[in-house]
Amino acid sequence: MGVLSRKHFIGLEGAPKEDIQQLIDTGFMFREVLDRPIKKVPSLTGKNIVNLFFENSTRTRLSFELAEKRLSADVTNFSASSSSLNKGESFKDTIQNIHAMKMDCIVMRHPVPGSCLQLTQFVDSIVVNAGDGTHEHPTQAMLDMMSLYEKFGKLNGLKVAIVGDISHSRVALSNIFGLITMGAEVTLCAPPHLIPVGISELSVNISYNIDEVIEWADALNILRIQRERMGVGLIPSVREYRDYFGITQERLQQHKKEVVIMHPGPMNRGVEIDSSVADGDQAIILDQVLNGVAIRMSILYNLLGGAEKEANNG
Amino acid sequence: MAKGILLTNGDIYNPFTDTHITGSILIKDGILTKIGDIKPSGNEDEIDCTGKIITTGFIDIHVHFREPGREDKETLKTGADAALAGGFTRVCVMPNTNPPLDNPESIRFIQEKSKTLPVKIYPIGALTIGQKGVEIAEYGGMVNEGAVAISDDGLPVQNGQVMRYALEYSQKYNIPVINHAEDVHVRNYGIMNESALSTRMGLTGNPPCSESIMVYRDLELALLTGGRIHIPHVSTKKSVDLIREYKAKGVNVSAEVTPHHIGLNENAISDFDTNAKVAPPLRDISDCEALIEGLKDGTIDCIATDHAPHTIEDKEMDIQHSPCGMIGLESAFGLSHTVLSKNNVSIETLIQLMTLKPAKVMGWNMSGFEIGKQAEINIINPEIKWTFTEEHISSRSKNSPMVGLEFNAKIETTIAGDTIHKQK
Repeated sequence: MGVLSRKHFIGLEGAPKEDIQQLIDTGFMFREVLDRPIKKVPSLTGKNIVNLFFENSTRTRLSFELAEKRLSADVTNFSASSSSLNKGESFKDTIQNIHAMKMDCIVMRHPVPGSCLQLTQFVDSIVVNAGDGTHEHPTQAMLDMMSLYEKFGKLNGLKVAIVGDISHSRVALSNIFGLITMGAEVTLCAPPHLIPVGISELSVNISYNIDEVIEWADALNILRIQRERMGVGLIPSVREYRDYFGITQERLQQHKKEVVIMHPGPMNRGVEIDSSVADGDQAIILDQVLNGVAIRMSILYNLLGGAEKEANNG
Repeated sequence: MAKGILLTNGDIYNPFTDTHITGSILIKDGILTKIGDIKPSGNEDEIDCTGKIITTGFIDIHVHFREPGREDKETLKTGADAALAGGFTRVCVMPNTNPPLDNPESIRFIQEKSKTLPVKIYPIGALTIGQKGVEIAEYGGMVNEGAVAISDDGLPVQNGQVMRYALEYSQKYNIPVINHAEDVHVRNYGIMNESALSTRMGLTGNPPCSESIMVYRDLELALLTGGRIHIPHVSTKKSVDLIREYKAKGVNVSAEVTPHHIGLNENAISDFDTNAKVAPPLRDISDCEALIEGLKDGTIDCIATDHAPHTIEDKEMDIQHSPCGMIGLESAFGLSHTVLSKNNVSIETLIQLMTLKPAKVMGWNMSGFEIGKQAEINIINPEIKWTFTEEHISSRSKNSPMVGLEFNAKIETTIAGDTIHKQK
């Protein structure tokens, strides 16, 4: 076990401030490694990590794989379609097969909330949540916080707005847990029916007015509007969403304050965000991608004992 | 001739007449032979019941025994064993088997298969053919074969007109119509109660009004038709309020509550425990309080378990794919007593909620401790702290979130005819 207070990295709900700060600090250390000509360190030599993805993912899987390889871990990828889960294939069987291969760490993405926690009941390996349904996506929230920290030098007191489909977003939930713990203020901005019941109990503000939110915020974290949610009664149309919640250049220009633009990707350009905004000076979207690798290196390094080893030596 | 059984020194309580009797009970060849002052003849095994309450066997009007179709989860035989372990000597089995009990022949199948079991099994017929909610089933033929009620339990009847026909047509046979009260569109794939907790867990919520909307519809239809509606497993405060209001109007409505809906709340699922996934879902603590209040003032008529066995494999799936339901027979009395005794409900009232009251819902005229009839008897230790474990489960399935809970009263022995079950 590393220096963190928890064995696994399942979610940011209840994660102590010290853990989050430790991960961010180590993240910047690895960020520096990524700027070197040789972007590899031997920290996790001999450790076996499997990336177990039951749901399609390009960015997160690639980011994890890069992070693992740059820490010199041995990496295995396992992709199973979520349709095989629906056919009744036993989750436990699949997991036990993986477990029998004696992995030190399992990075899992799964379409069902709670599946990563359930996984910890079946295996001894360290589990890292790469997104469990509409529950949490803690490594995404960590990279978002690292990027905010990089930009502002602090999280405490920062005003962060999360814009988009909150009800179906694991990114939003993990960001809320993390940001509130770190002392930031959070406002959620979405159509009323995409804000889940009781979320205000998590000490967040709620607004349906994007212009007011832009005026208030230091940074906007803009969520992807999933196209499959359009035309099924959740979002009436692209133009209606764009008109009332889209982050356009014209809209940003109406406000004097320079607000930082974030997006977890993949983007729907022209829907929730204009191309000119995404590619503009206020956006830190590509920094997020780079920080994503660094923070995942940090998380794996801290969980898998690298940090402890060095602490003992020092 | 086998030796008789003599129960001595207990407090004999007859819930059907609400009377305490002093004396002994003699059972011979499974038949209740004598009650009152009995001198041992020496040809009996005596069970000393000092400090115990001797009462009648319990009645559960809502169980799922999975036969035919899913005998790997439960059979009529293993279900009967579970019933006995929980003190139940009569149970009503729901028709959502595979195939469903939607015709007279399938009702006869249940009767034939359960004839030799110590527990009396009363089948409930399907409300619609194939439980599809479209065409009403053969109520006449099913009642003729022994069906005691009709229901599509598990599958709410969405079409109000079909429900109206059922409430009208069933009046010819004088049986209750039981509708699983949930509007499936408002339920919206909800996995647990909709609340701040479901939001924090990222789980789709099932709002309390998905139930009360349907309860309201069914009460209005019962008012319109004069039909006899029974509302199973009530889970929300709003439903209790509606039932209270329509009872006051004179509508022919009865209702049941499960031990788990009064004894557990949504926090039981907070670790994504699939054993706590149930339909309707475990609700808020304020709902538990309203349900207990409803039991106390008679708005809710009785306790029923909704005993729903599932295999370990089913419950080891993820929370989304794992089926709803928990077993409840073995823990029913212990959990109910533990909860209700803290709410000033006497043990006599609780016994009535599990005997007299469910019998009334079904329209059964019983007087309790009938001489010359098959013995149906519970011996209860009213003051004992014990922890409910898998050891106490006789069901073929073990899916119970009650395992590990501590109870404050226990059924120690249950007698059904010549079968005696002693709980561990």
